[in-house]
This record gives sequence, C-alpha cells and structure tokens, in this order.
Amino acid sequence: MIDFTQYNNRNISDDYFYLDIEKPPVTWQGKFKRVVKRTLSGELFVGLWIVFREMIKFDIHTIQYPLEKLPISPRYRALHQIKRLVESGNQACIGCGLCEKICISNCIQIDTKYGSKGRKVVKGYSINLGRCIYCGYCAEVCPELAITHGQDYEHVSEQRAHYATLPDLVTPMDIFKAGKQKPYPGFGSLTPNADNNVKKTPLAY
Amino acid sequence: MESAYIIETIVKVVIILTVFSALAGITTYFERKVLAFMQRRLGPMHVGPYGILQVAADGIKLFTKEDIVPQNAVKPIFKIAPVFAAATAFIAMSGVPFLPEFTLPFTDYVVHPIVADVNIGILFVVGVMAVGMYAPLLGGMASHNKWSLLGAARTVIQMLSFEVVTGLSLIAPLMMVGSLSLIDINNYQEGGIGHWIVWAQPVAFILYLISGYAETNRTPFDLLEHEAEVVTGYATEYSGMRWGLFAIGEYANMFTVAFIASLVFLGGFNPMGIIPGGLAILLKVSFLIFLFLWVRAAWPHIRPDQLMWLCWKVLMPLAVVNILITGIVLI
Repeated sequence: MIDFTQYNNRNISDDYFYLDIEKPPVTWQGKFKRVVKRTLSGELFVGLWIVFREMIKFDIHTIQYPLEKLPISPRYRALHQIKRLVESGNQACIGCGLCEKICISNCIQIDTKYGSKGRKVVKGYSINLGRCIYCGYCAEVCPELAITHGQDYEHVSEQRAHYATLPDLVTPMDIFKAGKQKPYPGFGSLTPNADNNVKKTPLAY
Repeated sequence: MESAYIIETIVKVVIILTVFSALAGITTYFERKVLAFMQRRLGPMHVGPYGILQVAADGIKLFTKEDIVPQNAVKPIFKIAPVFAAATAFIAMSGVPFLPEFTLPFTDYVVHPIVADVNIGILFVVGVMAVGMYAPLLGGMASHNKWSLLGAARTVIQMLSFEVVTGLSLIAPLMMVGSLSLIDINNYQEGGIGHWIVWAQPVAFILYLISGYAETNRTPFDLLEHEAEVVTGYATEYSGMRWGLFAIGEYANMFTVAFIASLVFLGGFNPMGIIPGGLAILLKVSFLIFLFLWVRAAWPHIRPDQLMWLCWKVLMPLAVVNILITGIVLI
C-alpha cells in the first residue's frame, strides 16, 4: 500500500494561508452592525484618496502610438527581410527552396534557374503577405540566414492579396553600402539581456 | 419699465442658454481629462493643443451625424423625449440665482442674475428637475428596444426612490430658514464660513449630495445607462443631436445640483473673507463639479436592488430623523 500522505499535503509553501474572512451575518442585528461599520469605516474615502493621489503624481502611462512606440523584442516576427552578404553585397538567398517547402500557409513562391556559371540563381521570389501568418518557420529553416523577420509591423494594403517581391525584401543597396544592414537578431540569436540570464554552471551534481 | 424688464429677461435667458450649453461641452472635456489623469492616462490629446478642440470635434460630429429613428419606435414620443431632458434642465435654472446682484459697468442699472425670482424658488427648481426624469422614461419606452426599456424601468426606480430623499433632505434646512426663496436662503447664511447651513445640517448636506448624484444619473447611481449592463439604457437608440440633447440636459442638471448645493448648504454667493461673492460661488460650484468627476473615477456603481435598499432603508429614515431632530431643536 502506497502512502499518499505526502501527496495529499497541498501546503507546498509556508507562504500560503487561509484568509480570515468573517461569515456574513444572519440576524438583523448583525446585518445592521455590518452596515454601520462599513458606512463609518471610511473605505469610500480611501478610494477617493487613491485616485486623487494618482492624479497629483501625474505618472502617465500612455504611449501616444503613432508618435511614440514601445521597443519590441528582436525576436518579434514582423515583415520579412532578405539580407545581403556582407562581403560581396549579393543577396544571401541561394534558392534552395526550403522556405517555400516549409511554409504552412503556402504563401512563399520561389522560382530559380541556372545562372551563367552553372549555379542556381533566384529568378523570382514573392511572399503573399495577406496569407502569411508570420509563424517564422521560413526564417528558422533558412540555412543561410537569408530570409529573416524584421521589426516593421506597420504595413497595410488595400487588398487581401498583397505581395512582397524580391526587390521589396532585399536590403536596399544604399542602406547596405552605408553599413546599416543590421546583423540578424531573430531566432537563435542572443537576446540583448543575455548576459543577465547567464547562470553559473554547477560543478558538482 | 415693463419693456426693460422683458428685454432684461430675454437677455438673461439667452445668456444662460448659451453659457450652460457651452459649459456642457467644456465639462465633457474636463471630465475626460480628469478621469484620464486619475486612471494614469492622458485623455484627448490630438485635436488642438492638449485636445482642447476635442469639444469642437465632438460638436461637429453630433450635429452632422445621421438622425436615426427606429422603425417600430413610437415616433412622436421618441422625437420629443430628448427635448424634455434639455428643456427641464434649463427651465429649472430659471429659478436659480447664479451670482450676487451687481450694477452694469458705467451705468447704475442693477442686474439680478436670476431669471424669475419666485418666492417658492427651490420648490420650483427641484420640481422641474424631477420632471426631467420623464425624458429617459419616455425615450426608453418609445424606442422599441429592450435595453432602452430596461433603462426606462430603472429610471422609474430611481425617480421613485430618490425624489423622496431629495425633498426630505431639503426640508430640514428650509425649516431653519423659513423661506423657500433661494435668495432668502442665501441671505440667511451671511457672515462668513461659520454661518453656512452645512455646519448645522451635515446629514442633510450629504443626503442631498447623494440624491443629487442619483438625480443627474452620475456614477454611483448611473444604472439607467450603465454600459456593461444595459448598453446605454434609455439612450441606446438615440444618435446625433437627439443624444446630444440628453447629454446637455445631464450636464446642465449637474450644474443646477451644484448651484443648489452651494446655495442651500455652502453659503451661496456671500463673500468668503477677501473672496467676493461671485467668485466664491463659482469656486464652490467648480469644486462640486470636480467632486462629480472625482467620484466617477473612484467608486463603482451599484445594483438597482442596492439602490432601493440604500434609499428606502437607510437614506429616507435618516432624512426623517434629521427633520425630527431639527424640529425639536428649533422648538
């Protein structure tokens, strides 16, 4: 017979305790007493004081959105970008087609051909942003870290089908030449606060 | 003399109508701002500097919005109901002395800032404000909408419950003064803060404030238009300027209640030390209006059964006991 005593003990911590809630009164004397107590205890004025204190403190939490924006995580999956190779400036996509294969909403279309040197080059690349669910699989599967998710979440279109093609996605040449193409900070990369999360590995188990 | 009186009255009426219609709009701006600050928000910010012109934007929206009358509504009553709300609110103001009498600059013409100085002033004001409750009642019943009907039913509950407390709470100070005229009540409290009726009648003051909140449908008692329960209650089917009339009526009533409370209990327009009388009453009214907004930010609203419980079992006995004690002390 297994002893369940230790499993039935739900007091997992000494911090847990039962609230000392008094039972609602049954007699009219008790009800009357409770009404008088609640009326004269001044709880209503506590409420008034709290909102007045917040007004005086003027600690406003509003973000005026189009003018101010909250910082978002580098791992946020917004509009896709295709990176350029830092050495040559060519787009990093090798046309392997993995992103098209893995895309669960079938919104990536990639078309390739043999180039002049016998290597595969990308002829056409398009993402139907109306269908895309921004799951991030394409970025995760890309062997060259070519297609990534950027931080730009403000995009609208007049139609449901809204295509982004290769020229839209690749880092523009002027930005690349100015050295402003940011290294990929998304999946698998270190978060900005990674140093704080480092814990000492225990040496002995 | 007679024509001068008529012209003066018309000018006063026009001034009251314009000033309080404008104040209704401006109060919505302050209400939104104060509520926002108390909830750590900014409130309207985009129209004009710090959102001041939001009032104009709201006004343009209200005036140009399509006026929809539901198909199965009782159309004449549906159309006339908002007029009751605004009209009764403004008619009630005709008995309220807003400022002390003053002479027009550069003349010796004495202006009494009260449209009709009737000797039953406060009875008239309270009565007409009570008639204003017919607006939500008729509007809600004529709308052919169940939310509106519920709002109308709750209006009746509130009207029956709180008019009693309003009347009874005002009787005690009236017994002390011995006159129904608001100017007599004001003159009774001459001679500084110590002579205010509120020190002699604190219970009546609190009772009047509570029932005033109920009468103007303000937050602890806004159950006839509470969004979470009955959409907008009686005003569900109203749009455009018809709804706007309801809003103007509500805010005008707020000002009337604030003026009555400061006239009857807080010394009215008697000068307070170095503060002249006109400024004193405006300060008191501003504080009472701020209290309306403050309470709205702080307190939750109550259920209809709690409202009736509060009114019939707590406030009305308190008011009656207050009257009894006042009478015994006076004798």
